Amino acid sequence: MIKLRTLPTIALLALAMLICSLAPRPATAQGAAADPFAAALERLAGGDFGQIVEGINALAALGDARAVPILRALGDNALAKRQSDQRLAILRDDGPIDAATGTRLEPADRAAYAPIGINNRVRVALRGALGRLVLFSPDDAERLAAAQGVYRSRAAENLPLIERAYAAERNPRIKAQLELALAATRLMSPDAATRRAGVDTLGASSSAEARALLVETRAAANSDAELVAAVDRALASLDFRLQIASAAQTFFQGLSLGSVLLLAAIGLAITFGVMGVINMAHGEMVMIGAYATYLVQEAIRAWAPGLADVSILIAIPAAFLSAGAFGFVLERGLIRHLYGRPLETLLMTFGLGMIVQQAVRLAFGAQNREVSSPTWMQGTIALPGGIAITQNRLWIIVFGLAVLLATVAVIRFTRFGLNMRAVTQNRPIAATMGIPTGRVDAMTFAFGSGIAGMAGVALSQIDNVSPNLGTGYIIDSFMVVVFGGVGNLAGTLVGAFILGIVNKVLEPYAGAVLGKIFVLVAIILFIQRRPRGLFALRGRFVES
Amino acid sequence: MGGPITAALAGGRAGGRAGRSLWLIWAIALAAVPLLNKLPADSPFYLSDFVVSVTGKWICYAILALSIDLIWGYCGILSLGHGAFFALGGYAIGMHLMRMIGSRGVFGHPVLPDFMVFLNWPALPWYWHGFEYFVFAAFMALAVPGTLALVFGWLAFRSRITGVYFSIITQAMTYALMLAFFRNDMGFGGNNGFTGFKDLLGIPLQTPEMRSALYVASLLALMLSFLLCRFIVSSKLGRVLVAIRDAESRVRFLGYSVTAYKLFVFTLSAVLAGLAGALYVPQVGIINPGEFSPANSIEAVIWVAVGGRGTLSGAILGALAVNGAKSWLTTVAPDLWLFVLGGLFVAVTVVLPNGLIGLLRRRKRDEGNGQ
Repeated sequence: MIKLRTLPTIALLALAMLICSLAPRPATAQGAAADPFAAALERLAGGDFGQIVEGINALAALGDARAVPILRALGDNALAKRQSDQRLAILRDDGPIDAATGTRLEPADRAAYAPIGINNRVRVALRGALGRLVLFSPDDAERLAAAQGVYRSRAAENLPLIERAYAAERNPRIKAQLELALAATRLMSPDAATRRAGVDTLGASSSAEARALLVETRAAANSDAELVAAVDRALASLDFRLQIASAAQTFFQGLSLGSVLLLAAIGLAITFGVMGVINMAHGEMVMIGAYATYLVQEAIRAWAPGLADVSILIAIPAAFLSAGAFGFVLERGLIRHLYGRPLETLLMTFGLGMIVQQAVRLAFGAQNREVSSPTWMQGTIALPGGIAITQNRLWIIVFGLAVLLATVAVIRFTRFGLNMRAVTQNRPIAATMGIPTGRVDAMTFAFGSGIAGMAGVALSQIDNVSPNLGTGYIIDSFMVVVFGGVGNLAGTLVGAFILGIVNKVLEPYAGAVLGKIFVLVAIILFIQRRPRGLFALRGRFVES
Repeated sequence: MGGPITAALAGGRAGGRAGRSLWLIWAIALAAVPLLNKLPADSPFYLSDFVVSVTGKWICYAILALSIDLIWGYCGILSLGHGAFFALGGYAIGMHLMRMIGSRGVFGHPVLPDFMVFLNWPALPWYWHGFEYFVFAAFMALAVPGTLALVFGWLAFRSRITGVYFSIITQAMTYALMLAFFRNDMGFGGNNGFTGFKDLLGIPLQTPEMRSALYVASLLALMLSFLLCRFIVSSKLGRVLVAIRDAESRVRFLGYSVTAYKLFVFTLSAVLAGLAGALYVPQVGIINPGEFSPANSIEAVIWVAVGGRGTLSGAILGALAVNGAKSWLTTVAPDLWLFVLGGLFVAVTVVLPNGLIGLLRRRKRDEGNGQ
């Protein structure tokens, strides 16, 4: 409930009383002077449009959340007077209720009530009043929208209202927005001290809108040297904070792009880096993973709608297994015949990618398929300092790192990983030790392909699921692997994040496309200096 | 690896009867198409203007295939960015053709091409000057791809980037160029590229005479490229190139400057690709950034593989065969074409490493053994 003890409230109370006493028709209900809310309601029942407008404005000035349903009912032509005693009622589908108390009214028959008509003048007043009143709405989202509304409208007459809402607000995010609104509205005040207070508050904020307001104030206040100085101080501190925020934002976007590259590149680091197989169909493995996600979603929609929020979690193993199985078949059926002939492998897998793409296009159609995010991945997290982070991007960063750790764990700590390392390090000796090298090759390739499939799950959240989904990432992921150093997962991690961040840092200066070109050129030049990437393998593996 | 070497040598010494019949094929192809085009339209042997253009287009592809075969088949350099050199040559001629439109464009501007008027460009950018002269544009069509290949190759070969690494960075190069040419502010027409050409050397491009002339020019260019490549691969230089392909380190240790050899042949190959692009654009009437797409370059590589890498006639045969099949299949069953193309990639690498020419040779040898 709203505290009624603040000074402006008392002033408003007095104002309301004044209006009441000046009213041409005195209130009929008992205790009208003591309850301004009831008094304002009386005016709605008053009869002519002028009185209704006065009543609306009085209700708006009170800032009482109880008024919101009443005013809405008025706008919907659902507010009526009981014929017998002029009592205000809201006509709901399930029967009339008392406008003031919310209790049921008798008789239930609609004929016993006379609706209150409205005209355009009343509608305009209603809209304004509702806009201000939702500042006191119990719903957080409505209050936030209202706070943004008053911030944008910057009307000096809203000031007492915003002050009251600010004092009463508990939600920190809405409170911050209200503080901005308060400051912005104060700038409009005729009082110099109030204006300066507004400037200081804006200077302590970190929103780009506040900056525009300050610049505007500075231009308008050229005669007032003190105010100009205050604005300049505020601008300097605001700009500093904005820069930090934008740097942090860019960094986050870079991490996010980097984690996408990382996901696409881990699988490649296994198949290309560890096995030396150039797989140009790697992008198609990613695409298979994305379509597996889509199919899981559709299956859950059809048979178990209750599981919709965990569909993506079910999709992860599904994508891993489907892409992995495809990789297994591909290795056993074709790639193993081409070991030691990398250029042929490259061409063969490229052709295979074309076939897979075309097959998916014929099976699912060329148009994009929609994969929806679960509710827990939607929305944004607002950090202090005006930094906004979209949740699904954050989850992809987490997912990318988790996949990397899992991959490292598999290679390091499992029997399969041990075999894999043995085969890549020395195939004949591994074979003499009884390791089935052929099967290990197939499993390794399937493992790398499965990871690509999991990348497809992540990409389905931020990109269109279409047959050529993987094509856009294949060159970038090869760049990551080459840049980071072939056969080195740490290099892949660092390479992916460096490329992601550099791309995003360049973007504002050069545009997305030119930034990408710069990065490609930079990598080509970088390979001049370190032909074996950032983290070059040393020793006996180098020439093999 | 013995197979390709002997094949190369055989291709190099193409003389005797086989050589003479080859010349006959060349001469017939040169004369027949324009002549049949001259026949009355109701004659059963009449070739439409469309067929002349399409065949001319394939011949340009054959030049591109030849240029790829020269470096891949004979020097082991697999470039997945040759489409970029092709497209650059095409853009150079495209710039000339755009200038020749003059005030006949949609906006009727006497100097600026339509897209520049549309984008409110005040004047012609500096790099567009000179392209109003055909000789300059023709020179640039060869010089720009050549220079790019020289710089790019020098950077790559100097630091001994070989094998798949070279393939990947050439692919990145053409990808970067594609992104760049898609931009409107590059001054090359952005997404739409150049089109709406009117005439070349004062003759409208749409006339049958011009089409035949372009066809003949393309075929002559193919012949000259073929002769040049054959001269190179059968010379001592060609032996060194094959040696580099088969054992690069050994050649280096023997005292040859591997970098210089590779750079020379890579640059020459890029110039040939540029020539192909320059002849291609007037015949198809359009050039846009899609020509830079990595898929185009890799498709050209597969022509060579289908025909038979390491044999010059194989490259030509492959380009004609694959494009012929493409033209036919994309009208008969468009959905199937990508399966066939993809299948070709798999087939030539797994079961037919020496391509069609290898298949023909094997059959001939088997027959010889049978007798």
